[in-house]
Amino acid sequence: MKVLVATKRVIDYTVRIRVKSDETGVETSNIKMSMNPFDEIAVEEAVKLKEQGKVTEIVAISIGDKTCQETLRVALAMGADRAILIETTENIQPLAAAKILQNLVKRETPQLVLLGKQAIDSDHNQTGQMLAGLLNWAQGTFVSKIELKDTIVDVTREIDGGLQMLSLQLPAVITTDLRLNQPRYLSLPNIMQAKRKPIEIIPLDTLLLDTTSRLHILKITPPEKRHTGIKVANVKELIDKLKKEAQVIT
Amino acid sequence: MSILIIAEHDNQALKPCNWHTLTAAQQLTGDIDILVIGYQCEAVITSAQKLKKIRQVFVADAKAYEHQLPENTAQLIADLAKNYQYVLMAATTFGKNILPRTAALLESAIVTDITKIISTDTFLRPIYAGNAFATVQNKESIQFLTIRSTAFKAETASSTSLAPIKIIDTIILNILSKFINQILTISTRPELTNARIVISGGRGLKNAENFKIIEELADLLGGAVGASRAAVDAGFAPNDYQVGQTGKVVAPDLYIAIGISGAIQHLAGMKDSKIIVAINNDPDAPIFEIADYGLVEDLFTATSELLAELKK
Ligand SMILES: Cc1cc2nc3c(=O)[nH]c(=O)nc-3n(C[C@H](O)[C@H](O)[C@H](O)COP(=O)(O)OP(=O)(O)OC[C@H]3O[C@@H](n4cnc5c(N)ncnc54)[C@H](O)[C@@H]3O)c2cc1C
Ligand SMILES: Nc1ncnc2c1ncn2[C@@H]1O[C@H](COP(=O)(O)O)[C@@H](O)[C@H]1O
Repeated sequence: MKVLVATKRVIDYTVRIRVKSDETGVETSNIKMSMNPFDEIAVEEAVKLKEQGKVTEIVAISIGDKTCQETLRVALAMGADRAILIETTENIQPLAAAKILQNLVKRETPQLVLLGKQAIDSDHNQTGQMLAGLLNWAQGTFVSKIELKDTIVDVTREIDGGLQMLSLQLPAVITTDLRLNQPRYLSLPNIMQAKRKPIEIIPLDTLLLDTTSRLHILKITPPEKRHTGIKVANVKELIDKLKKEAQVIT
Repeated sequence: MSILIIAEHDNQALKPCNWHTLTAAQQLTGDIDILVIGYQCEAVITSAQKLKKIRQVFVADAKAYEHQLPENTAQLIADLAKNYQYVLMAATTFGKNILPRTAALLESAIVTDITKIISTDTFLRPIYAGNAFATVQNKESIQFLTIRSTAFKAETASSTSLAPIKIIDTIILNILSKFINQILTISTRPELTNARIVISGGRGLKNAENFKIIEELADLLGGAVGASRAAVDAGFAPNDYQVGQTGKVVAPDLYIAIGISGAIQHLAGMKDSKIIVAINNDPDAPIFEIADYGLVEDLFTATSELLAELKK
């Protein structure tokens, strides 16, 4: 069984985000970039399924500029077999990403597509659901457990009230949540080996898809600042403040 | 011009998030209809009829819709959506699961997690875990939107007359996915996203046994219990307690963070709380930067004293 995994290159989750003063975006120069953490979880799951003998080939995909090859190298070092970069310098929004992935699904005919539940840069949480809709496939979103069988995949989803268990017909789209697994560390031999694995580069315009932005970002602004608070000396003072000053408890 | 809200419910009752979505809908111009998809959900339909300023309640009640799975409900919504300018859902795991799929079926973009309606087609939404905000103009003819509940007041008033019902009798079967089971956290406490007071615990609690003091404190104050990712990952609390960028967003009158360092991913879910209290023995913990009242102390000492004082 073949699995596609979508991996987006984003600003590393530990970086303190700074909004540019001209309100056109956030600072990205000289800033650490990484694979979207949810996508790392997706790659890890694919590799685990391969180790269990349930998956035969893992294809990692990234959509973006040349630097996304670094992200794909990480996926390859984690255990993906090959990678595809859909190269573009355009800003790719979820509907466009879903269309591109749909196109690759037609080409590669996988039984399963794994994505992160959300890219931590724009926090859309849309692409997997859109892809499933375009393909008319079953979808398992926010998944914390996967059991892959011959024609179905059982998933556990993290939902607002708790957990939901579903059985999905294959082929299916799955988006990962934090508790699905703990991604592995890259070992040096694996990093070296990944250098020899193939990355195919396809210019976006050769796919002939309409990927124009439907959402116009008019400006990016910093959040409102909270006023700075105070330190209290002890529990008694805290309770006193909460009762008399803030009046949030009685 | 008209607006369609997709109701969130469990076949028994409407979820409070609908009241917030309704407020957002009222900030747009147009008549507001609501669609109830489910199975044997009479009580939900009646509540929907009583919502303020609802023109019409559409009802799709069939066994095939019992678990409101996206494989068929997204198609059902898409068919109805063609008559509307706006289609709204709450930005909950339910809305996030269904509405992007619906939009894609109509080859339309969607704006998720809106915190402010700026004009008829322009919205504010947080990005980078709330460390920046994007002002987004959506040029689509149907505006698919999900609404962040904490950013809009609840419209809880009911109307004096019942809105009329229109039955949708098309039944779209779902042959792609099957509901197996669910494990819901049963709690007598207020719902996390609607509670006036939230007490959250982090890795500092050290184990599940200790986490019970958070629950005790919440019960004493009539609040809900939240947790950091680290606390959930370590098994101190169930997954649906997680507050943050990738968990729930809360904005209570009082948020007490105990043994939580204040990573940006956690702050994303609680920094709009009115009053924030942090209890942490590390004076340099980032949580203190946003706390109105910070207490640098061992959390075990502080919480037992807090419990004792509040019981007085
Ligand atoms: C993609 C991604 C998404 C994420 N999403 C979320 C999310 O939605 N929500 C979330 O919370 N996190 C999220 N995280 C994780 C986040 O980055 C932090 O790792 C997490 O919030 C830390 O939890 P914590 O504060 O409980 O633990 P720690 O950072 O370990 O902090 C524990 C704190 O307890 C204090 N402490 C310890 N012992 C005591 C004591 N005896 N008395 C007083 N204080 C004590 C310590 O000083 C410390 O400050 C996400 C991370 C990633 C990568
Ligand atoms: N440019 C991209 N390249 C590769 N994968 C992407 C891209 N954009 C989105 N994805 C995938 O879609 C998931 C959800 O993204 P989003 O809908 O933007 O929150 C991500 O975790 C990725 O798996």
